[in-house]
Amino acid sequence: MKLKTALLGAVCAFAFAPAAFAERGADGHVNVLYWQAPSTLNPYLSSGTKDVETASLVLEGLAGFNEKGEVIARLADGVPTVENGGVAADLTSITWKLKPGLLWSDGSPVTSADAKFTWEYCTHPDGGCAQAARYEGVTAVETPDDLTIVVKFASPKPNPYMAFVGGTSPILQAAQFANCLGAAASTCTDQNFMPIGTGPFVVKEFKTNDTVSLEANPNYRDPAKPAFATMTVKGGGDAEAAARAVMETGEFDYAWNTQINPELQAAMAGGGKGVFLNGFGTLVERIEMNMTDPSADLAEGERSTVKHPHPILSDIKVRQALSMAIDRQVLVDVGYGSAGRPTCNLVPAPEMFADATNTGCLTQDIEGAKKLLDEAGWVVGGDGVREKDGKKLHLLYQTSTNPVRQDFQALVKGWWEEIGVSVELKNIDASVFFGGDAGSPDTFQKFYADVEMYANNFDGTDPEPYLAQYMCDKIPGPDNQWQGENINRYCDPAYDALVKEMAATADLAKRSELAKTMNAMLTRDTMTVVPLVDRGRLSAASVTLGGVVLNTWDTEMWNAENWFRVK
Amino acid sequence: MLTYTLRRLLLAIPTLLLISLVIFLLVDLAPGSPASEIPLTVPPEVRAKILEALGVNEPLHVRYLLWLKQFFWVEPLNGFDALFGTTHAEGLQRIISYQTRSPVFPLIAERMPQTLTVIGTAYLVGVLIALPIGIYSAYKQYSLFDQFGTMFAMIGFSVPTFFSGTIFIIVFGVWLGWFPTKYDTTLEVTDWASFLKQLRQMAMPVMVLGLANAAAISRYMRSSMLENMKQDYVRTARAKGMSERTVVLKHVLRNSLIPVVTVIALGIPSIFGGAIITENLFGVNGIGAALIGAIHGNDLPMVQTLAFIFAILIVTFNLIADVLYGLLDPRIRYD
Repeated sequence: MKLKTALLGAVCAFAFAPAAFAERGADGHVNVLYWQAPSTLNPYLSSGTKDVETASLVLEGLAGFNEKGEVIARLADGVPTVENGGVAADLTSITWKLKPGLLWSDGSPVTSADAKFTWEYCTHPDGGCAQAARYEGVTAVETPDDLTIVVKFASPKPNPYMAFVGGTSPILQAAQFANCLGAAASTCTDQNFMPIGTGPFVVKEFKTNDTVSLEANPNYRDPAKPAFATMTVKGGGDAEAAARAVMETGEFDYAWNTQINPELQAAMAGGGKGVFLNGFGTLVERIEMNMTDPSADLAEGERSTVKHPHPILSDIKVRQALSMAIDRQVLVDVGYGSAGRPTCNLVPAPEMFADATNTGCLTQDIEGAKKLLDEAGWVVGGDGVREKDGKKLHLLYQTSTNPVRQDFQALVKGWWEEIGVSVELKNIDASVFFGGDAGSPDTFQKFYADVEMYANNFDGTDPEPYLAQYMCDKIPGPDNQWQGENINRYCDPAYDALVKEMAATADLAKRSELAKTMNAMLTRDTMTVVPLVDRGRLSAASVTLGGVVLNTWDTEMWNAENWFRVK
Repeated sequence: MLTYTLRRLLLAIPTLLLISLVIFLLVDLAPGSPASEIPLTVPPEVRAKILEALGVNEPLHVRYLLWLKQFFWVEPLNGFDALFGTTHAEGLQRIISYQTRSPVFPLIAERMPQTLTVIGTAYLVGVLIALPIGIYSAYKQYSLFDQFGTMFAMIGFSVPTFFSGTIFIIVFGVWLGWFPTKYDTTLEVTDWASFLKQLRQMAMPVMVLGLANAAAISRYMRSSMLENMKQDYVRTARAKGMSERTVVLKHVLRNSLIPVVTVIALGIPSIFGGAIITENLFGVNGIGAALIGAIHGNDLPMVQTLAFIFAILIVTFNLIADVLYGLLDPRIRYD
């Protein structure tokens, strides 16, 4: 562990070393491994991280996020804010200025028309754009001149950094994609596989789900970058093989998402050929409590609906007791090692939105949990299982099939049985669990179980849409084909009022306070959501690769133009 | 023989149609949905739009008939266009993969070269190792060599490729550093140096698969030889004073090869099918890797198309094996 920290420090030192005298293409070739190989390089046609991240080597937005979650300018000449007049005082528009003299990799100039086209491309009704959420609420994109882009919103947008910001919302070249609007999107194979971009690299060859060969963009705006002349992004295998290729054989310089078990992490880190990089974003593994009755005795269409409150979990004391019985640190040690940390927050980051004082759940308290259940009237029966009014305290606990989740299930079951709760475990194939098929009883939205476990996060740095998921009108049910996001069927008018207040608040300090209040309402105060582990990203980088900074707010390739070979 | 072949070919049409229906229904009705590949951060409205654009909301029979039309009409037409530079297929919708949102057939074509080189070589190596082992083991039954051959076959049979592959990677890739652990599909063989590089990167997957193939075929060869060695005509040949070499390699081997050739021919479709585990392990990224990737990604059109292509290959090679059998063995006549 010491060695790893030292190496990490070394890499950081290199990251900040001045690379001013570097020359484009001077450092030869760099090998990157995305074990889930990229399927397309058009992020508007795929929401997969592997596709978005690889595409970000080629395509860029007006702005992006740095490793601290701050907005940084890319194609734009500075970040517009209310202070500098770039964002309208009433928050209904944002005006971006392009850097003058920008060129696409084919040599043609980048203009505001490209941005307008990109908006039209993604909002076309027949296109099935995967990133349409980035353009939600945008009513028009105006182009007063070649360098000015004005994005108009239907209503005040406290967070205007959505459209054209970050790897999920890059600018496409209008000339290249002109014939690819709407239903024609999937006929444009050449465009989707080899987009013309402004990023540090240009696609030379694209082999679907296998290899992307890239070379330095001759028209990149910084003439000294990138330091690498060519890059290969290879796919295939699994996380363990990917980690091995960087940490043990040294064939690759960077491997994405090398999520492996803690013992293997330690063993591989000892090799000295590479270092594991970890960073924390907003992904939280949690147990969701069902506030409605999932009993199979109810008629189909009434199970897990607001008509019937949950007979056991409606009691807040039971929910609190269940949370208190869990030792989150043990879960981290078993499942994630350095790539996880215990948390009590639904919004664990960015720093300004995360409630650092919400740490009450971090210490396991079996006795306290037992006491709470006693108070709630659940008394231990002859077989060690608690009973109340002749009813057993029995819970069905479901999750997706995944080795770490099954370990978690077993551990949590052990703790819950210790406090007198009988637990039945169930795991469902991820493609069914997350498949959202309204006809299947096993989707996480239908929630035909008492508690369920999975991980969720939010895109970007603003938790508003994420917290808005817990509004009363977003409860999944038969009337909306089970397509709501309020999985717990939580409903509190006071909470809804806070969501509406946040949507109308621009002041960051006030927004942060609102987010913390809502976070506490869902977790600490009601234990509707029981956060377990804040899951970080874990990637591996060779010790010979410099300039790597892991960024959890944008793509991992966000600063590939600054990568260089350590000599 | 000709009428028999023609009859079999005609019979293959309803068989394949039935297989296509079964494959389509199996893949389609299996639980799971392409929606599970869309991250939870994507809001439900956007999710619904994406699914609509993929065409998953059409009724089952419409999708089946459309797929049949695309498979048997649009895709061959596209192939024709690509060969002769015509534009007959323009405007006709091709089979589109959910994962890549691009036509399925070019993706398959892109995967073929590495699968054919690696899996094909492994099959060839397997056959070349297996035949001599099988022959000599049978000739010297219960000898030390036979015992070794049996042990070799047992290892090949019982050690799964994911295990032997990992062992090979750790020994030859990590400890000795002889061979790369990831196959580079972009490598083009242009000179001696790149050829050597190609050999080095093929070495491990070929060894792993060759071992497994050789194990099975060597056992067939051995038992077929043993059966023939006891025949009367072998005794007659020996009685006529023929040398052991002539007896074994001319009389016994030729007759013993008949069933073995059939077995080898029936195994050829598996070359095209790729090797799911081995390809994934070494990053060969051929057809097998494409299939498992498509299954993981709920890419139904890709899975259906690949599975159906395998079905066609299996039906074809069954026919070829039967015809070969008739050609090789004068005792068998179909007419």
